[in-house]
Formats: sequence, C-alpha cells, structure tokens
Amino acid sequence: MNLTSINRVHVAKRVPVLEFSDAYWGCCRHRLAVAGHDVAMFFSRVRAGALPAVLAMSMALAAVPCCARAAEAGDPMNSPVWGDLAKKVFAGAPYVYDERVKVIVPSVVEDQAAVPITADARGIGTVTKLAVIADLNPIQHVLTLSPDKAEPYVSVRLKVEQGTPVRAAALTSDGVWHVGSTYLDAMGGGCTAPAMARKDADWTTTVGQTQGRIWRESEGTARLRLRMRHPMDTGLAKDGTPAFFIERVDVKDPDGGKLATVEMYEPVSEDPTMTLLITLAPSATAVTVDGRDTAGEIFRANIPAGPLVR
Amino acid sequence: MRPILRREALALLGAAAVAPLLPMFSVEAAPLAYTLTPRKIVDGVWMVAGVPETITMKNGGAIANITIFDSSEGAIIVDTGPSRRFGMQLAALAKELTGKGIARVYLTHIHPDHVFGCQAFGAEQLAGTEGTIKGLRDFGESFASAMYGLAGDWMRGTEVILPTRVIKDPVDDIGDRRLRLLRMKGHTASDLVIFDEETGIIVAGDLVFLDRAPTTPHASIPEWKVALANLGAIPFSTMVPGHGPAEESVRGIEQTRRWITDVEQLVTGAFERGLDMTEAIALALPAWTDGVALARYEYTRTVMHLYPKLEAARLPLAGGKI
Repeated sequence: MNLTSINRVHVAKRVPVLEFSDAYWGCCRHRLAVAGHDVAMFFSRVRAGALPAVLAMSMALAAVPCCARAAEAGDPMNSPVWGDLAKKVFAGAPYVYDERVKVIVPSVVEDQAAVPITADARGIGTVTKLAVIADLNPIQHVLTLSPDKAEPYVSVRLKVEQGTPVRAAALTSDGVWHVGSTYLDAMGGGCTAPAMARKDADWTTTVGQTQGRIWRESEGTARLRLRMRHPMDTGLAKDGTPAFFIERVDVKDPDGGKLATVEMYEPVSEDPTMTLLITLAPSATAVTVDGRDTAGEIFRANIPAGPLVR
Repeated sequence: MRPILRREALALLGAAAVAPLLPMFSVEAAPLAYTLTPRKIVDGVWMVAGVPETITMKNGGAIANITIFDSSEGAIIVDTGPSRRFGMQLAALAKELTGKGIARVYLTHIHPDHVFGCQAFGAEQLAGTEGTIKGLRDFGESFASAMYGLAGDWMRGTEVILPTRVIKDPVDDIGDRRLRLLRMKGHTASDLVIFDEETGIIVAGDLVFLDRAPTTPHASIPEWKVALANLGAIPFSTMVPGHGPAEESVRGIEQTRRWITDVEQLVTGAFERGLDMTEAIALALPAWTDGVALARYEYTRTVMHLYPKLEAARLPLAGGKI
C-alpha cells in the first residue's frame, strides 16, 4: 500500500466542506438516529393525536441541508461526523485507514456504561500514540495511550450513548495516524446514566483505590491489569453531576522510567479497568501507577511483579 | 356551490402534502400477532413453547415457555410472556383451552420475557415471591425500556405491573389442583418452581434451560448449583424448563449444571491468566455446547456479567489516594 498517495487522498485532495460547530453536529447526530433505524420505534410511540405535529417536525427536519453531507471519502464506517472529528483529534495531521490496526468490540452489549474494547496496533511497527474514538458519542475521544516502553495495545471499557463506529488510531513515527474501525451495535444511554457510585454515600472513601496485578509473559514483557475506583462522571448524567474523571495514568518502572501514559476522557467507564502490555526488565520487582483526576487528586499504587513462571 | 374557504383550502393542501407519507403509517399500524401453539403435556396441562432465539423485532420476545393448568376454579398460568399483546393472547388461549376464566397467574422470576404480559390479568390474580416483586420494582422500568428497544412495536402499551399476591405458603390449593410452591434462587435472587402434586409436572422456570444456553445477568452460580441439586431430588414426571422442550428426563438439570460449571471455569480461568474481557469472549467453547442454541451469544453475555465481579473481588489492592 502506498501510504503517500493515500495521504494525499485524505489530506491534500480533501473536498473543501462547510465548517459546522460541534454543537451543530450534536443536533445532527440525534436527528440522524431518528431518521435511521429508530424511525419505526419513534413513530410507534407517538400518540395518534400528536401525528400532525410529528409530520410537521419530520418534514422540517428533512429540509435541513446537513443530511445531504457525504461521509468522509474512503471511511469504511461511512460515518457522517468522522471527517471533522478526525481533524480535531489528530489536530490536522494526515491519516490513513489501516486494517492492521485492530479494534475489537463484543457482538452484543450487556452494559452500555461499560463496553469492553481492545485497541491493538502491534501490527504496524513503532507507534508513539494510540487513540480510541467513538464517533457518535456525545464525547467522542475516549483515551490516548503513549506506549513509551509498552506495546501499542490497550483494553478498556467505555460508555456509549448509541450504536457507533469505534476507532483505534495509531500514530507512527512518520507523523501519520493509522485508523482501524469497527461498528459497535448498542442501545445506548451509557453516557447519561449517573455513575453507580452516586447511589453509594461512601464512594468518597474508596475513590482512587487502585487494584492491579502483573503477569510476566516472557523475559522482558508483562501484562498489567488495573482497576481504579472512580465515578468517572461525564457531566452529562441526568442527576446533574459535573464532569469528574481520572484524566491521566502514568505507569513507571522501579527507577521512575516511563513505561506508558494513558490520557483518559469522560467516556472511560466508571472504575476504569485496563490491560496494558508493558516492557519490564526481568529484575524489576514492581511497577508504579500514578493517577490524577480532574479535581487534582493524586492516586498512587505499587504493583508487585513476580518472576516469570514457566 | 359555495366558495372554498381559506381555512379549508389550507387543510386540503396539508392533506395533499401528508398523503404520500401515509403508506408508512399503514405498515406500522398492521396488527402484530403472536402465534401461540399450546402443546398438551397431559390432560389439563399445556405448554406454550418459546422460540430458541434472542429477543428480536421478529419474534416479539416470545422466547420463554409458558405453562397453563386447568382447575375446577379456572385456568392457572405460569409466566405471562414478553408484552401486553402476548398477555392478551395468552389469556384468551387459557380461557379457550379450559372453558373457564383465569384463577391464578404465577410469575417465576423477574426477567422481562416472563413478566410483561401481566396487564392482561387482574392484580389480585398475579402472584409472585417477595423477591420477584422487589426485583420488578427495582428493575422493571429499565427492563421495559430495554424490551422496547429490542422488540419494538410488539411492546406497544406494555407497562410494569407488580403482583399483589405475595407467595408465602408452600402450597396453594386452587379448586381441585394442589400446587407446591418451591422458592429457590440462583438464576436470579428469587426463582419460583411449581410442582403439581396430581400430575407430577414440575415447572422449573429459568433455573433450567434445555438445548438453549442459560442466561446469567442476575445469576449467582453457587446458589444456582444448590437449586439444581435440589431440583434433581424431586421425582417429577415431566419438567417444563424456562426455555427448551419439556421432557420426562433430567437432561435439562444436567445440561444447565454442566453449562454453568464449564462457563464459570472458562471465565475464571481466563481472568486468572490475565486476559481482559474481549480476549475471554474470544475463547473456544467446549465441543459439547455445539448443539446448544445461542451458546456463543450467551457465553459472550456471561463474560460481561462475571468479569467485573471477578476483577473487583480478585485484583489485589495496590494503592490509593495520597
């Protein structure tokens, strides 16, 4: 695959389009949902008396021009928001669609507030950043992993507000983002449901508590699993709780050397639970995990690493 | 001829604009109807079988088995199905089969494919355990919205109804029919099993699945194993499982026990090896489950039910706020 020519398709030759604000796209998203597969449900719930109003509304909506906007050329998900979203998340840097970047989601969703996903960019060489993005979420950017001494691989849970394309985007050293995509089928509501912790008066006593375990996989590599107690409020919940979430997690070796950094955003599920694949010297006996939330609280955990068991 | 008034002209114009959209509504308005086929188990006892599928807009959620008993006081129904519409059809069927009114309706547990036909019956006819009533109070609304999302228009008009008759006694005499009410748990926090003394027929609810993978959203697997052991000790003539065929054999009990044991082992093993959920979901299932409907689908769901509990309980505490 000639990356240079593909870059040109998506960057240089992009058709100029009108700019719309995020808020505008937010409205479009809801309308698109109504215009699509939800239409039957929508109308089936409307009482007969409200019919003229609904008709008037649907005709008015159909007249708004933004639906005519084409999806980003070449986007395997044909997503109406991806073009602008990519520009924002990648800060204008070039990107290509690359199936070697895997994003794995379940075929059925049990909990819209905790959908397990894995982003895996181990197939494309050296990666400096790995971002997870959910196109049709009210807040789309889920996290960005900087795998300093780690594989470009992360498993995490995210909240979804409706079925959505999910992207794993890996930045290679030549400054190009490689985007893998899949579609997550879900009913939604995960971003606007209050955190479970909000029902528990004692959540402040456990906030920041960090659980973790390390599995040595081979000489020099290890699997780190983490769970950090935190409500991860999106600020969009019906209970009016403002946004409050862990925004950064640093994983370091015993000498303070950076192994991985994860920047997290609101869509990461309550009690963030992650799996990272880190580089860890056979002599290292532990890793340090530092977390920081949007209120400036600092969390620290020391996770012991035993020897490799064969 | 009088001139057309401005208002009338506007109305006509409006009608003309709307007319092309009308076919869409007539399609939506086509009456949906379930096909309820009663199968006689013995004289005076029938089962209406659910399909071995997930809840879809095609099947309208009619996936669970329903049992109808005749009695000298009227029909006795166990579980009411997924929707108001289903309940209406079920009530009509029970009246037709028995030639009598409805004497009693039991709910085996809280799950939506079993309890959302209740509007077809009077509150005083509806009986459930304290646990089932509490569960419906807590989860009923969220079950209802999930069902509307999955089954769509089949759910029209369906609302959560709480039984007013709380099951406390171990035996109910309804006319000439004596039913033993066994309050168990494991599939959910409260699972009602009904044993008919005269025929030896046992209605196991969702404690037993046969040739269809068990569901686990509210399961406690250790408690479920205890319930299955107890069920196995009852000398029944025919067992009606929550899902799957009614059989004289104990196959349903054994298959359910084997499924929950094997799946729990698979999921726990995956956790202990350090796998995350997506990796656990991708694991191969035991070969014997090939003949079990929805095995992969329910296993995937079960991983998502069990994993968060395992992580909370078993990942060692390593630090906190400083």
